[in-house]
Amino acid sequence: MQAALRQKIEPQLVKAAVPALSVRGLRVTYGTEATGGRTVLDGVTFEVRDGEFLCVVGGSGTGKTTLLRALAGLVRPSGGELSFAGQAITGPSRDRAIIFQDYSKALLPWRTVRGNIALSLEARRVPPDVREATIDELVAKMGLTHAQHQFPAQLSGGMQQRVQIARCLAQEPEILLMDEPFGALDAMTRQVLQDEILQLAADKKMTVVFITHDLEEAIYLGDSVVVLGRTPATVIETVEVGLPRPRNQLTTREDARFLAHRHRLFQLLAHNQVGPLGFAARHPATEA
Amino acid sequence: MRRGATGLIIPVLILLLWELFGRLGDLPVDAVSRPSDIAVAWFNSLIDGSLLLATWQTFETALLGLAIAATVGVLTGVALGLMPLLEQVTGPTIEALRPIPAIAFMPLALMMFGFGVALEASIVAYACVWPILIVTIGAVRAIEPRLLEVAATLEMPLADRLWKIVMPAAFARINVGLRIAAAIALVVAVTVEIVLNPRGLGYHLILAEQSLHVGLMYAQLFWLCVIGYLLNLVLRNIGGPSRAWGMAQ
Repeated sequence: MQAALRQKIEPQLVKAAVPALSVRGLRVTYGTEATGGRTVLDGVTFEVRDGEFLCVVGGSGTGKTTLLRALAGLVRPSGGELSFAGQAITGPSRDRAIIFQDYSKALLPWRTVRGNIALSLEARRVPPDVREATIDELVAKMGLTHAQHQFPAQLSGGMQQRVQIARCLAQEPEILLMDEPFGALDAMTRQVLQDEILQLAADKKMTVVFITHDLEEAIYLGDSVVVLGRTPATVIETVEVGLPRPRNQLTTREDARFLAHRHRLFQLLAHNQVGPLGFAARHPATEA
Repeated sequence: MRRGATGLIIPVLILLLWELFGRLGDLPVDAVSRPSDIAVAWFNSLIDGSLLLATWQTFETALLGLAIAATVGVLTGVALGLMPLLEQVTGPTIEALRPIPAIAFMPLALMMFGFGVALEASIVAYACVWPILIVTIGAVRAIEPRLLEVAATLEMPLADRLWKIVMPAAFARINVGLRIAAAIALVVAVTVEIVLNPRGLGYHLILAEQSLHVGLMYAQLFWLCVIGYLLNLVLRNIGGPSRAWGMAQ
């Protein structure tokens, strides 16, 4: 088991020499000490390799979303260093697309599906004739052809999230930052979209940082899983998944390594869960 | 259509009774005219063109004032809505200026502009700018922050952000402010004409009263009622696209 894991890790260590995204000692504090400020993240350190699919898990309220917003440049860190492709992150950039969890709020309600996708192309100053062809392509790729002239409110949650993904792809980013993108969807839709995003990431050799509270989703999608815990949150473990690709909703999830990772992550999170009384809950399942 | 028809019952009934009492000779004729006399006076003023000219004069100034107020109000409102710090600085000044009745500026405006369009339009603009400003600030504040984050992530230039995100997102609410302001514009324009400015419907109204053309005075009163109604109808239809957006939300 150990040997098998090491085999999986070693070739990736070579690539790790050029991290796409580097997070060193990240600290984020909301407000100031005087006004009862709250430090959400402290000393968060990890790297994302070029082309890696990295998942971040943690209990609710640990600061997963804050971390992703800091990576997107939407939240200013109070300390630490963030860099992408060797450049310090100082604000939002088209290179780093963020896919929000609340898709219904992130789409322009007055624009159709095509209009929403067009927004990214307009921002990139793509000429109108090229724009139409690109939209056609994206609409087909994301399975939105029959809905392309509809408004977001006329679509189901899953379809709306597809529109948001299409719009992010249209901005031709170098990294996708996804904030629990499938959290609000039903199980079937979620599985379909999981496989589609894996396919997209593989096709475009896209670097992805994927936030989720769903441990199985993290293991299923990720090359590695970063576990956030404690208050303020920090990285308590990084798990290299090492499961073969392409992944399969049935066989991958039944793989012994998948279950072992799930067990490990569950224990980690259960030990670091902050209970309603403010102290770590002792979960019966982890006592054994 | 049927609703419109039933809504006519009361006005028609009132006019009939009014005419009847007039014919029976129970009305003090120097203050109240008969509907038939009013209709004749209205028709005559329509034929000689004086009514239409006065209507145009009132509309011209009301719309000019409204346009100035809309431009200033929306631009300032968007800026203040997007920059809370600026709003903190200007807020107290706005709150101090806002309660001054626009009509109170008549003497000042007369000194500055003399009689005419500028006098009236400036007072209309002052009265109309506040509701537009306040509604616009609120509308911009209420824009979904996600949309502004999307714009930021796409590195959209300020002009694109305003035109493609802020204005469409805030339009429905700003439009409500414009409708409120349009009603105010008509009221203020007519008031300025009655009190001071020798042009427009308000001036003709007071002129008819002073020359004891009671029928004509009533005709103009009814005419104002019709105009106000039509104005509101037009503005409601301008709200059409915003209703379509609202439906898509």
